[in-house]
Amino acid sequence: MGNWVPRGNPFWPNADSAYAGSVDLLFLALCAVAFLVFSLLLVLLLRFAIHYRAGNRDADRDARIRKSWMFESAWTAATFVGFVALFFWGATLYLDIYRPPAGADTIYVVGKQWMWKVQHLGGQREINELHIPVNEAVRLIMSSQDVIHSFFMPEFRIKHDVLPGTSEELWVKPVKTGIFHLFCAEYCGTDHSRMTGRIVVMQHEEFSDWLRRQDVDGTLAAQGAALFRQFGCSGCHTSGSRVRAPPLEGLYGRPVPLSGGTIEVADERYIRDSILQPRKQVVAGYEPLMPSFEGKLSEDELVRLLAYVKSLAANPEAPQ
Amino acid sequence: MSGDKNYITVNNSIRSWLFTTDHKRVAILYFASITLFFFIGGAAAALMRLELVSPAGHFFTSDEYNRLFTMHGVIMVWFFLIPSIPNTLGNFIVPLMIGARDLAFPRLNLTSWYLFMAGGATTLYALFKGGIDTGWTFYTPFSTMYSNSYVAIAVAGVFIVGFSSILTGLNFIVTIHRLRAPGLTWYRLPLFLWSLYATSAILVLATPVLAMTLLLIALDRVFGIGIFDPARGGDPLLFQHLFWFYSHPAVYIMILPGMGVVSELIACYSRKEVFGYSFVAWSAIAIACIGFFVWGHHMFVSGQSPFAGLVFSFMSFAVAVPSAIKVFNWTATMHKGWVHFDAPMLYALGFIGLFTFGGLSGLFLACLAYDVYVTDTYFVIAHFHYIMVGGMVTAYFGGLHYWWPKITGRMYPEYWARAAAILIFFGFNMTFLPQFILGVLGMPRRYHVYPPEFEIWHVLSSAGASILVVAYALPLFYLGWSIFFGERSSANPWQTTGLEWQTSSPPPPHNFAATPTVTRKPYDFNVNGEPRAQNA
Repeated sequence: MGNWVPRGNPFWPNADSAYAGSVDLLFLALCAVAFLVFSLLLVLLLRFAIHYRAGNRDADRDARIRKSWMFESAWTAATFVGFVALFFWGATLYLDIYRPPAGADTIYVVGKQWMWKVQHLGGQREINELHIPVNEAVRLIMSSQDVIHSFFMPEFRIKHDVLPGTSEELWVKPVKTGIFHLFCAEYCGTDHSRMTGRIVVMQHEEFSDWLRRQDVDGTLAAQGAALFRQFGCSGCHTSGSRVRAPPLEGLYGRPVPLSGGTIEVADERYIRDSILQPRKQVVAGYEPLMPSFEGKLSEDELVRLLAYVKSLAANPEAPQ
Repeated sequence: MSGDKNYITVNNSIRSWLFTTDHKRVAILYFASITLFFFIGGAAAALMRLELVSPAGHFFTSDEYNRLFTMHGVIMVWFFLIPSIPNTLGNFIVPLMIGARDLAFPRLNLTSWYLFMAGGATTLYALFKGGIDTGWTFYTPFSTMYSNSYVAIAVAGVFIVGFSSILTGLNFIVTIHRLRAPGLTWYRLPLFLWSLYATSAILVLATPVLAMTLLLIALDRVFGIGIFDPARGGDPLLFQHLFWFYSHPAVYIMILPGMGVVSELIACYSRKEVFGYSFVAWSAIAIACIGFFVWGHHMFVSGQSPFAGLVFSFMSFAVAVPSAIKVFNWTATMHKGWVHFDAPMLYALGFIGLFTFGGLSGLFLACLAYDVYVTDTYFVIAHFHYIMVGGMVTAYFGGLHYWWPKITGRMYPEYWARAAAILIFFGFNMTFLPQFILGVLGMPRRYHVYPPEFEIWHVLSSAGASILVVAYALPLFYLGWSIFFGERSSANPWQTTGLEWQTSSPPPPHNFAATPTVTRKPYDFNVNGEPRAQNA
């Protein structure tokens, strides 16, 4: 419980990411619409209730409105138009806040009962903390070791569920340095409310410095390369091996023709699925020989392998 | 009251109650049962609010706290809110309102009560044996593979109670179709019946999906079939789709009957027909239909496709339109009416305010980008409590007071009833307004311990809850008192229309001496607010 950071204003949440301001603006618009509708209703309700109270025998009750369809179509149309406008606003922003900008750096997050494990590409690891540089977009690739969790950064106005068996992602670009909340927002068992941590946003130089100071056992890709040999992947996926397996050099981000005739882009999820359920997507022209590594790899190890396979795209040199 | 026996005095043996097929007696059985469940569920809520006064928690472990909110949710949703108005007021009033001697299937009606009790007993057994810690939503794979609690038993209880819902829904649909008195055409039906008809359709269509989903959980837990386990090719998100396919329409199961009650109350105490009758009637049907296509709005951050998110967001805005139509029509009903402020009307006015507030907060959640921020926070808790408690429970109390003279033959004490209505209104707002603020500040739901910066709002909310405890206990006392000492009621104490008011209070065992014939629209008051009799 020592991690909590007191915040400035008890009435308004701090807004500290690139899209937080837009989300708050949408909030204000929703408030305005709600206030307008609610006050209109309240005024009418009180006015009618008081003026037409049974005790007020002098109120004019002649010429009651008989035909109601004009009123009905008026308030139906008005609410509908208002709602459609809000829908478009909310939908556009939603697509934006989940679409990562090009060139964002990747950080891997694994959720497990009841902690967050973070792995940087340089091999730096942290638990229940996430260090990121200010004014730079980062992509978080997230998966769960057990149940469903949800990675929630309230000051950044973003959350996304973290599921077992698949990877999800979000991106964020903090605009202020400081320390911010990290919550698990999806109920995950006993210590759900303690599955919290802090986001530390630093200046670029400070951040590089922090990365350097961490005790590192090689980059994430290098750690992955070790696993690649340890689990015997290199036995098939290297040029010149006896078993013919698809080469992994330059794979990441490229479209892959599959045996079913479809084409899939080799993103994180594709590579992950290929390791865990190799028969789901078989590359055209290859035999479905690869065994499944489901249950043999922890999420952390999977992340390292993923980082290694991805690194082969930038550095297309054959694995040893 | 004449010397003839009414449905209560006709036979006083326990046996005659437990084997009754009289819809009025079954309603009383339901009434006693759900009152019990309301106070069990309420006690769990009170303990949670007590615990949340302090950010670190003092009284319970996290496991105990998790069991408390699960118990609160499971009991309140399936054993109070869903059966509340349909099975008590609906059971009692539907045949009276349409001029019938009973529901279409009286024995099925009693069966549904036994199923309800069997389901309730099973679930209570799980809760007292050690409880369940999954939350009422039973999300997988937590519920299927990771929870060390009595999930299978609790799920079995909810599974059983689902059949009680289905039977009740079926009974109402057939009754409303087949047993209407001569002359009681669809457009002469009181709006309470339109609402219950829409509710029944959802009960019959959606509940089987819940049953199927719960069965899959039990199979997964007991036999490990792995349907929700990604390691065996299963999909945890599939559960959420199935669960919300039932549970979102279930929200309308809970609120539509409340809307029906409020339509009755507003008309009666404004001494005027409901403004835009056919729009209010059809909006209930529209809500029931559109309500089936919004379930994905519970999953905007779950990893479902963003395009599915767009569709569900749009549909969620769309389903708010018929609700808005109702609210405007109720308000317009009072225009040039004769508004009386009896306790049921106070509840009805409270309902309109709280339901509208809760409904408008629903727009925030339907709105994709903002939902990303506030979903799974206290904002959601506050939103659905405004609808379910501020709306539904308020309407239930309003309806209970309104029909109390008919059910018991006694008047409730007006002064106390008004005091309770006002106290509930203020206690409710004090409890749940701070929770909206907590949500906007980013406080996640289902947190046993929380950052101290949220403490002040939690303390305020808990203070409100203590008022609410008193306010909800009040009716138990004065209504209980009135059963024995209340002033005797005439057949039609509110001087209103509606067939149920044209038989004695309490009604005789077979409701009407002769089947009435209906010749007029409902709520047929003249310009001076005097009722014209329904039947010729």
